[in-house]
Amino acid sequence: MRFWVIQSLNGLALGGLLFLLSSGFSLIFGLMRVANLSHGAYFMLGAYVGLSVLNAGYGFWTAVAAGAVAIGILGGVIERVLLRRLAGRTFSQVLVTLGIAFIIADSSLLLWSGDPMPLPVPRSLTGAVPVLGVFFPKYRLAVVGISIVTAAALWALLERTRLGAMIRAGVDDMEMARALGIPVPRLFTAVFCLGAALAGMGGVLGGPILSVYPGLDMDMLPLALIVLILGGPGSLAGAFAGSFFIGFLYTFGQALFPQLAYVILFLPMVAALVLRPKGLFGARAA
Amino acid sequence: MIRALPVALSSLLLLAPALSPSDFYVNVATQILIAAIFALSLNLLVGYGGLISLGHAAYLGVSAYLTIWLVTRAGVGHLPAAAAAVVLTTAMSVLFGVLALRATGLGFLMITLALGQILWGLAYRWVSVTGGDNGLSGFDRPRPFGIDLASPRAFYLTTAAVFACAFVLMAVLVRSTFGAGLQGVRDQPRRMQALGWHVWMVRLVAFVAAGFWGAVAGVLYAYYNQFVSPHVLALTSSAEALLMVIAGGAGTLLGPVVGAVVVVMLKNVVSAYVTRWVLLLGLVFVAIVAFMPEGLVPGFDRLRRRRRRRTAGDA
Amino acid sequence: MSAEALRLEAVSKSFGGLPAVRGVSLSIADGERRLLLGPNGAGKTTLFNLVTGDLPPDTGSIRLFGREISRMAAHRRVHLGLARTYQVITLFPRKTLAQNLELALLGLSPLRWNPVALPSRRPELRERALAVLERVGLRAAADRRLADTSYGEQRRVEIAMALSQEPRVLLLDEPFAGLSQEERREIQRQLAAIPRQVTVVMIEHDLDVALSFAERITVLHQGQIIVEGSRAEVVADARVQEVYLGA
Repeated sequence: MRFWVIQSLNGLALGGLLFLLSSGFSLIFGLMRVANLSHGAYFMLGAYVGLSVLNAGYGFWTAVAAGAVAIGILGGVIERVLLRRLAGRTFSQVLVTLGIAFIIADSSLLLWSGDPMPLPVPRSLTGAVPVLGVFFPKYRLAVVGISIVTAAALWALLERTRLGAMIRAGVDDMEMARALGIPVPRLFTAVFCLGAALAGMGGVLGGPILSVYPGLDMDMLPLALIVLILGGPGSLAGAFAGSFFIGFLYTFGQALFPQLAYVILFLPMVAALVLRPKGLFGARAA
Repeated sequence: MIRALPVALSSLLLLAPALSPSDFYVNVATQILIAAIFALSLNLLVGYGGLISLGHAAYLGVSAYLTIWLVTRAGVGHLPAAAAAVVLTTAMSVLFGVLALRATGLGFLMITLALGQILWGLAYRWVSVTGGDNGLSGFDRPRPFGIDLASPRAFYLTTAAVFACAFVLMAVLVRSTFGAGLQGVRDQPRRMQALGWHVWMVRLVAFVAAGFWGAVAGVLYAYYNQFVSPHVLALTSSAEALLMVIAGGAGTLLGPVVGAVVVVMLKNVVSAYVTRWVLLLGLVFVAIVAFMPEGLVPGFDRLRRRRRRRTAGDA
Repeated sequence: MSAEALRLEAVSKSFGGLPAVRGVSLSIADGERRLLLGPNGAGKTTLFNLVTGDLPPDTGSIRLFGREISRMAAHRRVHLGLARTYQVITLFPRKTLAQNLELALLGLSPLRWNPVALPSRRPELRERALAVLERVGLRAAADRRLADTSYGEQRRVEIAMALSQEPRVLLLDEPFAGLSQEERREIQRQLAAIPRQVTVVMIEHDLDVALSFAERITVLHQGQIIVEGSRAEVVADARVQEVYLGA
């Protein structure tokens, strides 16, 4: 019983982090048709930025904000400078993001060395609280809370604001969005910044749980891919459900079959691919 | 025959590295040929099928793991182990192909990437079978028919023979009636369907052919390195192969070979001075994709055509 | 001769809630020349796509020589003798005309699965491609790249691709679109030369050329059949005057 409660809570915490990672990944893919393969690297770089800010003596929440802002700006610059000149060449865009992922990964190794480094839990959130009869780290509960608040904020942004309406129009039908006079290039930059900032923030928040280490990027990227495959591109609700599902599955997989946890991830993906009659991206796969 | 000259020339070119007095160059040449087989196999998909895979390391890696595991852990003989590795890896490519070809375009790219990453994670974590981070070692090259493959030159010549077979067979494939269909499917899938071609099956056959030749490269890789670690299954490994194809020119026969020469040389030269290969790989990737998307071989061809036209115009 | 080449019963198709084809039932006799008429958006091309399998119907049954094909994969229908041309040219611009034709011929040949058969070593393949090009008067251009030919010539290749498959039912989607008077007459001659036993269904807006070709006419409007009959009957029909000719 104890085991199940603790692992369920861990699954929730990982799901929350995954949502921060994959909501941006999914929005970028849904809107721009760019599979941003640097997204895992953004997550890792966010964690490293947070670590440096903490080491410089600032507080944890400053580090979270710094990670989000730094990676958001980086994303915006990459979108403006590289992705935009390749507009309309989907594969070139995707391959450029792959190259950037390598550049970030190796530069981080150079700057922050190869040792795994955990980020300290903020003082206000140390310790544990009783949940269903077990003591569970406060910090992990806070991460779940933050991700749910973020999801609500994103939902409000998409459903209740002008910017959100433009994003939804772009995801549904880009041609129509252009015809309606939506400033598509600026929208792309905004969404790319937002997605990158969410990944950077997720990286810092994940630091105390996952630590930050070379290879974190490539550990996270496939999880974001699988969430996208399960949840569907551009769907916030899909990213939310997919993130928590994969969070649980991966946590229990690692606890029960540590050597084969990765193969267990494979199963829902295969199921999704086989069961959806039109394949994973439906009619828009082309 | 007009064909005799290029055949003789390329055979000479292929044999030349064996004459080098330095083991280092012989080994670099061996690496190039293995990489070239691997890149050619990926080119069947990327260049001729129009299907961009980011998980091709799966076939090289699984085949290399299987070869070494079967020999060192299961006590299977070298020849049956190599054959089994190729057969099993090809069977895996059927399964992966069925899954990945649920989509085309970006969806295909992402499924192949996800499948490749899962194998990479498996190689890392399934320690009891794969040896985890340490990989599998304790693997020696055999002495078939009294030829000592431990010698760099003998191994190079063996690799060269396999490369020649692979090149010729893949060249025939892309020029065959099936190859014409594969390229037709790449350019106009709907039209090909309306002409009676089974578009999905054509793609699957290409996928499996690419998996098969990737597996052959994997066996050579295993014997060359006598060691395998999760690194071979990493995304960087798939990306290197894709870089070879794109840098050389996708959809040309010589492109991937030229790409393999460039990338392997770069890797060897650079790693002699700095340890930042992945950084350089990323930079080259961005530069090639953003500024030279067509690749070296088509670019060179166009230059030559233009010059020829100019000389013709002068005369 | 069997009576029916193609039979549609209550076939419907919508796109995201918008009906494109609504309960169409149609019977086309073996060897018939049928014209599909109707204003833009009447559902004519969608109907073709349903018959060829480019699109699956939402409901209804489609029979080709009595065989139910509405759930059959598109390429298999081709092997049963169904061929089509497209309104927008979708050929292989970087290949020569002969190579374009060879792809069409291979589509029905077991050779298409052969990974070692070089087309250059199969003279019979080229012979057949040239013979078809001869039929549309393009034999002399066989080794030109498609991209280097005129639009009118590409239209003829489009028809040649379908003819090369020796279909039993041929669907022509606006074969005269965008052609000059002279080119139209050329296509008209070629269509007239199609063997009598081939059933031909044509979508066309140019009434002069189309009416001279078709025996029976079906008029579609907003996804439904409004009139069907002989030339004289259709031209005289008040509803047709209203929705199509009169407008």
